[in-house]
Amino acid sequence: MTDASSPPIPRPSKVYYFGTCVIDACFPQAGLAGIELLQREGIQVIFPQEQSCCGQPAHNSGFPEEARRVARHQLKAFAKDYPIVVPSGSCAGMLKHQYPHLFAHEPDIEEVCRFSSRIYELSEFMVKVLQVRLEDRGEPVKVTWHSSCHALREMAIVPYAKMLLGQLERVELVELQNERECCGFGGTFSVKQPAISAAMAHDKVNDIMQTGAARVLSTDCGCLLNIAGTLGYRQLNVPAQHFAEFILERTQ
Amino acid sequence: MTKTADVVIFERNVAKALDDGQLRRNLRSAMTTLSQRRRALFADTEAFEQLRAQGESIRRRALRQLPDLLEQLEGRCTANGIQVHWAETTAEANAICLDIIRRHNARRVIKGKSMVSEEMHLNHFLEEQGIEALETDLGEYIIQLDGETPSHIIVPAIHKNKDQIAHLFHERIPDAPYTEVVEELNAIARQELREKFRAGEIGISGVNFAVSETGTLCLVENEGNGRMCTTAPPVHIALMGLEKVVEKLQDVPPLLRLLTGSATGQPITTYFNMITSPRRLDELDGPQEVHLVILDNGRSSIYGDAERRATLQCIRCGACLNHCPIYIRLGGHAYGHVYPGPIGSILTPQLEGLDEAGVMASASTFCGACEEVCPVKIPFTEILRMLRNEAYAQGESEHDVKGHGYRYTTVEGLSWKSWALYNTRPGLARIGSQILGKLGQHLPMIGPLKEWTRTRTPPLFAPKSLHQLAQERGLDNDR
Repeated sequence: MTDASSPPIPRPSKVYYFGTCVIDACFPQAGLAGIELLQREGIQVIFPQEQSCCGQPAHNSGFPEEARRVARHQLKAFAKDYPIVVPSGSCAGMLKHQYPHLFAHEPDIEEVCRFSSRIYELSEFMVKVLQVRLEDRGEPVKVTWHSSCHALREMAIVPYAKMLLGQLERVELVELQNERECCGFGGTFSVKQPAISAAMAHDKVNDIMQTGAARVLSTDCGCLLNIAGTLGYRQLNVPAQHFAEFILERTQ
Repeated sequence: MTKTADVVIFERNVAKALDDGQLRRNLRSAMTTLSQRRRALFADTEAFEQLRAQGESIRRRALRQLPDLLEQLEGRCTANGIQVHWAETTAEANAICLDIIRRHNARRVIKGKSMVSEEMHLNHFLEEQGIEALETDLGEYIIQLDGETPSHIIVPAIHKNKDQIAHLFHERIPDAPYTEVVEELNAIARQELREKFRAGEIGISGVNFAVSETGTLCLVENEGNGRMCTTAPPVHIALMGLEKVVEKLQDVPPLLRLLTGSATGQPITTYFNMITSPRRLDELDGPQEVHLVILDNGRSSIYGDAERRATLQCIRCGACLNHCPIYIRLGGHAYGHVYPGPIGSILTPQLEGLDEAGVMASASTFCGACEEVCPVKIPFTEILRMLRNEAYAQGESEHDVKGHGYRYTTVEGLSWKSWALYNTRPGLARIGSQILGKLGQHLPMIGPLKEWTRTRTPPLFAPKSLHQLAQERGLDNDR
């Protein structure tokens, strides 16, 4: 596998935090957990209030001009040269790998590339830059893992997230049978192709249930929204949780 | 919001496919087997990545010099005694085939598997002219018996299981006994086909690679029917899309390995045919005439655009179908066009126009599974995104895909403009998230939320956004 993620950097004293729009609206506790995991490593976390969405919804839906407008807004919001930590593989992939495509023929492409080179997904940053050591204080529990496609392929950071989970001694990770298969979220895909999306989410939930796990974890709240929504609709009592929240919960 | 015709048809096909439990079980089982075999063959990922980089560079090199290579191919083939014909459209290609068939007063055509012939709807065309065109690839034979089209570009009857084929043979083949034993089913088909091979007057095949330096047509197959079609009848017509040319004979082995491995996990197929000329004077068998029909049908327009050109790198292995979570659930017929799955989704809208097939570009979550397995590294998601952009492009579009702008509506255009406004005005966003937080689960279930909640609980908007929580903690201060 090629490592699509960022090269290691010396430990910084400050980082920017890009909260993502899904976390902002629906999973703020997961966002806060990520912030706390960084803070307790002695890192100052700056959350620019100007930040909004990475622009992926428009970028994937045929509206590049609107995507660029929103992207430029993030460039301004994260103006200083601190690393930018993102608690999502998908949004990190957009900021890191898609921005250079989106701006390929634009005059500010160089500025965009400099911005993109500062992007780190949270687990990647915790392992590669901070070399975090975790001590498990929770009860024994069986969990399963959903790899978001962009975390898995575009960012290739799933190994880092699993390294962190692996440090939790009383957490047993039971893998899905079809871990590499998409959950059917796909952003606007979920409402533009609702029937296919629902069928995929349904199968993902079946896969989760056959593991017998008490929770399903992921790096991505878009997927979690889809998975949790489907679990809830089928009245299945398996929480779908962001890994940062889970790790914080067990190590406090 | 009004839906374009392609969207309406696709949604109907999707509903039908998703509702067909048998189809979904057949597909899941077959696709799992194919992808497991592929993974086993390419277990050494480093070696595979090297091979794949080689495959990509061979295809890109061929495309860079495409006009020259095609000219060279024509020259070499002609010198070897193969008659070369150029067809700009499928109608022209059909007319060329008919003309050759008529000149030989032939009525019985036997066919090896060819997706270009599907693109031409050749069987249907010949039937209308009173000419019998019999498919001899087992999968193609099965679906022809059932009046269907291929549901996959490599394994055309993959949507059917053994029992369905058992019933089909018993019903449609005279005197065929009912059996569910695979060997016996094979024997029935073999017996039927043997007679047809003997009686075939014209053989038609596809082309997997055409080597320009030697004028060699390569044909990859597993059943020997391809060799029969290209050697038993006195006339052989080979059909190829103009992108199938490669520069050198030495380009073939790596591509062949990538093709068979990616398609079915085979290190090599049972048969690999290299056709360089008709029967020579001192030879005992082989056709007296070989014709090569080179089809454009929109490919040169794809070739003309630097970003779209990568579409033509494809060697038609079908791995992108086998690994696509959407293809696995729908099968090929739901796409409603000849080429299904990820390759179909990037190729068809460019060949037929976005207004005909643009919806195919929306049948992707951008999961990237196709890109991950593609043996020649086609940037599927980039091309899909570009096609979505084109579908909404107003005025002059950057890539000028046929039918661009067909999907644009003022309502959708405005909603994305508002979205951009909302995400560039922090004040607006603050008010918005406060409203969402207050409404929580009491949002009206309309529009996208209505689609979402058909099979999911509604998203729960938090009372306080991360913006608010971060501000309360003073995280916006850059000390």
